Amino acid sequence: MSKQILILKDKCKGCNLCVKACSFGAISVVEKIAVIDAAKCSYCGACEPACKFKAIEIKVDDIDRSSFSAYKGLWVYGENRDGVLAEVVYELVGEGRKLADKLKVELSVVIIGDKTQNLADDLFSYGVDNVYYIENKLLKDYDTNSYTKILEEAIEAHKPEIVLFGATSEGRSVAPRLAARVKTGLTADCTALDITADGDLAQTRPAFGGNIMATILCRTRPQLSTVRPHVMQKAAKLAKKGKKIELKSTIVEKDVVTKVLEFIKETRENVNLTESDIIIGAGRGVGSEENLKLIHQLAEKLGGVVGASRACVDAGWIDHFHQVGQTGKTVHPKIYIACGISGAIQHLAGMSSSDIIIAINKDADAPIFNVADLGIVGDVFTIIPALLKSL
Amino acid sequence: MNIVVCIKQVPDTNDVKIDPQTNTLIRSGVPSIINPFDENAIEEGLRIKEKLGGTVTVVSMGPPQVESCLRDALSLGVDDVILVTDRAFAGADTLATSYTLGKTIEKYVSNCDLIIFGKQAIDGDTAQVGPGVAEYLGIPQMIYVTKVEEITPEKIVVKRELEEGYEIVESKLPAAITVLKGINTVRFPSLKGKMKAKSATIKIVTAKDIEADENRIGLKGSPTWVSKIFTPPVKGNRQIIKDEDGSGVKAIISKLKELQVI
Repeated sequence: MSKQILILKDKCKGCNLCVKACSFGAISVVEKIAVIDAAKCSYCGACEPACKFKAIEIKVDDIDRSSFSAYKGLWVYGENRDGVLAEVVYELVGEGRKLADKLKVELSVVIIGDKTQNLADDLFSYGVDNVYYIENKLLKDYDTNSYTKILEEAIEAHKPEIVLFGATSEGRSVAPRLAARVKTGLTADCTALDITADGDLAQTRPAFGGNIMATILCRTRPQLSTVRPHVMQKAAKLAKKGKKIELKSTIVEKDVVTKVLEFIKETRENVNLTESDIIIGAGRGVGSEENLKLIHQLAEKLGGVVGASRACVDAGWIDHFHQVGQTGKTVHPKIYIACGISGAIQHLAGMSSSDIIIAINKDADAPIFNVADLGIVGDVFTIIPALLKSL
Repeated sequence: MNIVVCIKQVPDTNDVKIDPQTNTLIRSGVPSIINPFDENAIEEGLRIKEKLGGTVTVVSMGPPQVESCLRDALSLGVDDVILVTDRAFAGADTLATSYTLGKTIEKYVSNCDLIIFGKQAIDGDTAQVGPGVAEYLGIPQMIYVTKVEEITPEKIVVKRELEEGYEIVESKLPAAITVLKGINTVRFPSLKGKMKAKSATIKIVTAKDIEADENRIGLKGSPTWVSKIFTPPVKGNRQIIKDEDGSGVKAIISKLKELQVI
C-alpha cells in the first residue's frame, strides 16, 4: 500500500490540534509547522479532519483489486482436539455466517486432525455450507508445519477470500505461520468484523490495552484474522444440509516436525481463566495471601475462578497463571468482580472487555470505576464476608 | 549453542496515563523500554548459554533510538547486538517485520540454533512476528513456552501453555520459541555489564546491508493497513454507590440476581 501524508506548509498554523488528535505521537510542531514522524505514523487519518486549516492531506493509492475476483468464500479454521471442536469455532461460524451472507458467498469450515469426518454433520446444523476435512493419524496433535502445509494447499486449491481463526494458543500459532507462507495480511485478536462497501473485511481490534480501537484492512487475498474468543455470538441451529469435501494433501511423516510428548489437562482451579464466565479479580487491596482465601471462597460460591493483578502475583500471593493484564492473560468473562483492584492501565488491558464489571474499592477515584458497570466504594473486608453470608 | 533473541522497544505503559477528558492515552514524555516479554526471552537465552556455552545475539528492528534498549541488553551479558534500522522499514506490519528480521538473521547469524521471542509486544499485542520469522527461516516454532524442559545441541523439549492446560513438545534444532513472563525471573545488570554496554559499538544494519527486496519491507511490504482509529464508547450505564449499612452487598446481590448468577 502506497500512502503519503503531506503537511501543506502555507496552510499550517502550528496550532497543535493535529498533535492532540494523533494517537501515535507521530506529529510534533517544529518552528510553527507540523512535522510527521514517518516511523510512528500509521496513516490512520485521525489528524486530517482535526485540522481546521485543511493543511493535512493523506493520499492513498487505490488497491489493485484485479486478482481478488479469483478468491471467493469465507472459511473458518475448525480447531479441534480428540474429535471435539473448540468452542470458538461455533462463535466463528455464527459471525462467519453473517459476513458470508453480506458477501453472498458460502461459509466453509476446514478441519484438520485424526478424528474429523464425523464433525461435519454437526457443523451443517449450524448453517455451514461446506466442510473441508482431512483425517490422518499423523495429524492427531497440532503441529505448526504440517497444519500450515495443509492449509496452504487448501487455499491454493480452493481460494477463499477470508479465513477466520480463533485467537487461541493454536490459532495464534498457525495463522501467522500461514500468513507468512502465503504472503498475505493477518490481523490479530479482532473483536469486531464487518464488510466494507468495497467488499473488504473490516477488522477491528483493541490497541494500547483497549484504550483505542483500530480498524484494519488488508490489500491482499486471502484476508486472515484471529478473533478473540467469547466475543462473537455462537451460531444458531438451522436445519441445513452441506457438502463434505476431503482435502487432498501430500502430507508425510517428515512434515510433522514437532512431537507432542504429553498433554496435561489442568485441574479446574487453574484452568480456563480465559474460558471462565465468572472471574473474581484480586488486587493489591486484598492485602495478603491469607486474605486471598476470601476471594477463593467467593469464586467457589459463584462457580468462578480467581484472577489477580500483577501486584498480587509480584507479592507472591498467587501463581502467575492467574495473572490478568498486559503481561498476563486477556480475559473476557460474562462477569468480572474486581476486589481491591485500582485499575492500572495494564490490568484494564486484560479485562476491560468483560461483559459486566463489578468493582469494590476503598478509593472512590480508582480508575477501575471508569470501566465498572457497578462500582462499590467500600472496604473489601466488610463487603466480601457479608456477601459470602448472603449467598 | 548460538542463540538469537529478537526484541522490540515499546513505550513504558507504567508511565502511560489516560486523559480523563478525552479517554485517550497521554503519550508525551513516555520513556521507552524493552518489551517486558522480551526481557524474559533474553534471560532464557542467557540461561541456556550458561548451561551449554555459545553466544547470545540480540536483534531489534526500529528507529535509531532502539540503541538504548540494545545497550540495556548488553549490560545483562549478551554477546552481540544488531540494530536493524532504515527509513525504508517505516510503516512495516508483522509480515514485513518478519521478513526483515528473518533476512537479518539469515545474513548475520546464519549458524543460529535457537531463536527466542517474547510472547508478544505490549504495544501491538499481535504475537505474529515470532511465527513469521520462523516461517521465513523454515524452522519449527513453539509458542507460549512456560518452561524449557530439556535442551541439547540437537533438540529442545518445552512446556507450552494452552487454553485448557499444557503440552510438552519436542522439536529438533534449529527452532524458534516464544516465551511467557512466568518462564523465569529476569536478572539485574551487573556493574561490569553496564560499563561494557556503555562503551560498546552497536552494529547497525540497513535495508541495503541485508539485501532486502524493497517490495517486502516497510509500508510497501505490508498488506495490512490501519483505516480508522477511534476511542471505544464509554460504558453507558455506570452505577457507582458508596457502601453504607450493607448497601454495597445489596447492590451486588441484586446485580448477580439480575444476571441470573444466583
